[in-house]
Amino acid sequence: MAQMTMIQAITNAMATELKNDENVLVFGEDIGVNGGVFRATEGLQEEFGVDRVFDTPLAESGLVSLGLGLTLEDYRPVIEIQFFGFLFEAMDGIAGQIARHRVRSGASKSSPIVIRAPFGGGVNTPELHADSLEGLMAQTPGLRVVIPSNPVDAKGLLISAIRSNDPVIFLEHMKLYRSFREDVPEEDYEVEIGKASVKQEGTDITLIAYGAMVQEAMKAAEELGKEDVSVEVIDLRTVSPIDYDTLIESVKKTNRAVMIQEAQRQAGVAANVVSELSERAILHLEAPIKRVTAPDTVYPFTQAESVWLPNKDDIIERAKEVLDF
Amino acid sequence: MAANKKFNPVDVLSEIEAKFEMLQILNEKGEIVNKDMDPKLSDEELVELMTRMVWTRVLDERSTALNRQGRLGFYAPTAGQEASQIASHYALSKGDYVLPGYRDVPQLIWHGLPLTKAFLFSRGHYKGNQFPEGVNALSPQIIIGAQYVQNAGVALGLKKRGKENVAITYTGDGGTSQGDFYEGINFAGAYNAPAIFVIQNNNYAISTPRELQSKAATLAQKAVAAGIPGVLVDGMDPLAVYKATKDARDRAVEGDGPTLIETLCYRFGPHTMAGDDPTRYRTSDEDTDWEKKDPIVRFRTYLEGKKLWSKEEEDKVIEQAKEDVKAALKEADATDKQSVTELMDLMYDVKPSNLEEQYEYYKGKESK
Repeated sequence: MAQMTMIQAITNAMATELKNDENVLVFGEDIGVNGGVFRATEGLQEEFGVDRVFDTPLAESGLVSLGLGLTLEDYRPVIEIQFFGFLFEAMDGIAGQIARHRVRSGASKSSPIVIRAPFGGGVNTPELHADSLEGLMAQTPGLRVVIPSNPVDAKGLLISAIRSNDPVIFLEHMKLYRSFREDVPEEDYEVEIGKASVKQEGTDITLIAYGAMVQEAMKAAEELGKEDVSVEVIDLRTVSPIDYDTLIESVKKTNRAVMIQEAQRQAGVAANVVSELSERAILHLEAPIKRVTAPDTVYPFTQAESVWLPNKDDIIERAKEVLDF
Repeated sequence: MAANKKFNPVDVLSEIEAKFEMLQILNEKGEIVNKDMDPKLSDEELVELMTRMVWTRVLDERSTALNRQGRLGFYAPTAGQEASQIASHYALSKGDYVLPGYRDVPQLIWHGLPLTKAFLFSRGHYKGNQFPEGVNALSPQIIIGAQYVQNAGVALGLKKRGKENVAITYTGDGGTSQGDFYEGINFAGAYNAPAIFVIQNNNYAISTPRELQSKAATLAQKAVAAGIPGVLVDGMDPLAVYKATKDARDRAVEGDGPTLIETLCYRFGPHTMAGDDPTRYRTSDEDTDWEKKDPIVRFRTYLEGKKLWSKEEEDKVIEQAKEDVKAALKEADATDKQSVTELMDLMYDVKPSNLEEQYEYYKGKESK
């Protein structure tokens, strides 16, 4: 075990797989000598060489499609998009090409590609850096979309993603990069993609969250706990596909749920979660499932960020509405 | 003291554009007009190249007719572009990769794709894109220019593996306006990757004329911005296209990086068989002018002059092509229709839970 931040765990996962499989390549903008703008690839070029860890010209469509081309010679690209707000530049490369590559070839080819990117609000970035665009990816058949909320999951999920023969979008919330450390196993291990994690067990209400909102949900649970409300908190970890088994099992026990996401109400995955739970577990529900989300505007300029972002107080307010229904 | 000559960007541009002269080796009359550049193909190679072009012309005629009869689906006619397509492909090796646009099915076929599969692709069957082992290629790209960036990646992979092969990709004049076009040639240049980028400039992107795509006097000169060689060739001249591609391949394999080739050509037919009417945007005079440049006509004249080709020879190829089409069609007809559950099976290496849950329903729906 070693104490690691989430970004250190991510670096560690890439180093692990660069060591395990010589076909793994890591590339993106400024990821070589510079180690990435957040230092996620710190030291990797030095350790594994410029042939396997390398910088690309500055073009997001180009760099993801470069990855698709490299798979034809059996490489396994781990690509960094510098900020996920730049996704729009790479949308055809990802949704039009990588996501369809396998099925288009009648499964005679595959795209074992991981696209990593920082995203998320609360860190005062300029426009188009913080946006939560996971919904666009989650709506794209052919992709898996993973969003870790802590160092241990981040390492295991990234290792699983790199070993997957299907493409994985791996989104790293910037606020979580260095917000806390925890013990992370130094050996390699996988965390299964597509499985949610019960962060805290409870019997009165289920809070469902992912990414940085898991921390807000945990804070809300703690405060609600002081008022003798027994809260279950579930971290989705993967937002495509969603682990409905775990959610339904929880709702059957608590009969109440709040779905929390940082993305706007019209974006993200919350609407999907609520509709599936309504369809599959309506008889177990004693109240409508409520959502905590950001409003349906573009991501705000930094001065409005703190109000715009959902927080623990928003969660507590919605949870009480659901509890009092 | 010499006068201090001022930098004049307009002059620089004019000088650069003037340098992109069209390479022609075989003129419209079938005469060698540029002996120094003659690739000196052997008699057998010349006959083989002619055979492939004639065969491909027949395939185009048959495919067009079959489409009208409803026996084929999506089809983008190729007549007129045989020199650009077949002679460029003829300069490649088996281990090279081909990344085609949707009009470039002939190159795939000559790279080893069974004709049956080309027909299945046209009919919208995934088996058309299940390439046999050893056919190093991607299926025809639908998004204009997307294959250009992928080509840089394939070429970089070849370079990393230390293989003496190249990756070649094709787009049209319209494709050069896409960002992916520039990203592709630029990435390949930056990595000095063994890539060849072909622009088949047939003067129209569906209906939009070439001059509306760009103010650039040539499309080949776009290579200058990426710092790679650009070549402008007569795309109706098989020898010029072959020579330009062969030289580009030699340079790439030697480690000298990518090349951009613009072939000036014309499609005799419509953009696709899905309702395009070229008389809305082209004149019959224009058609006639270009028909005089027909690559097969000039190559036939050239080969007949060398006593390498005759009507009997050509008839044999035509018959063979018709039989090949018939046999491939029969095989395509015998292929099972694809199912939705197959599609579900093909999507992922490991099926995710959502698709797993939806599977049974469609299995039931299919068995009704």
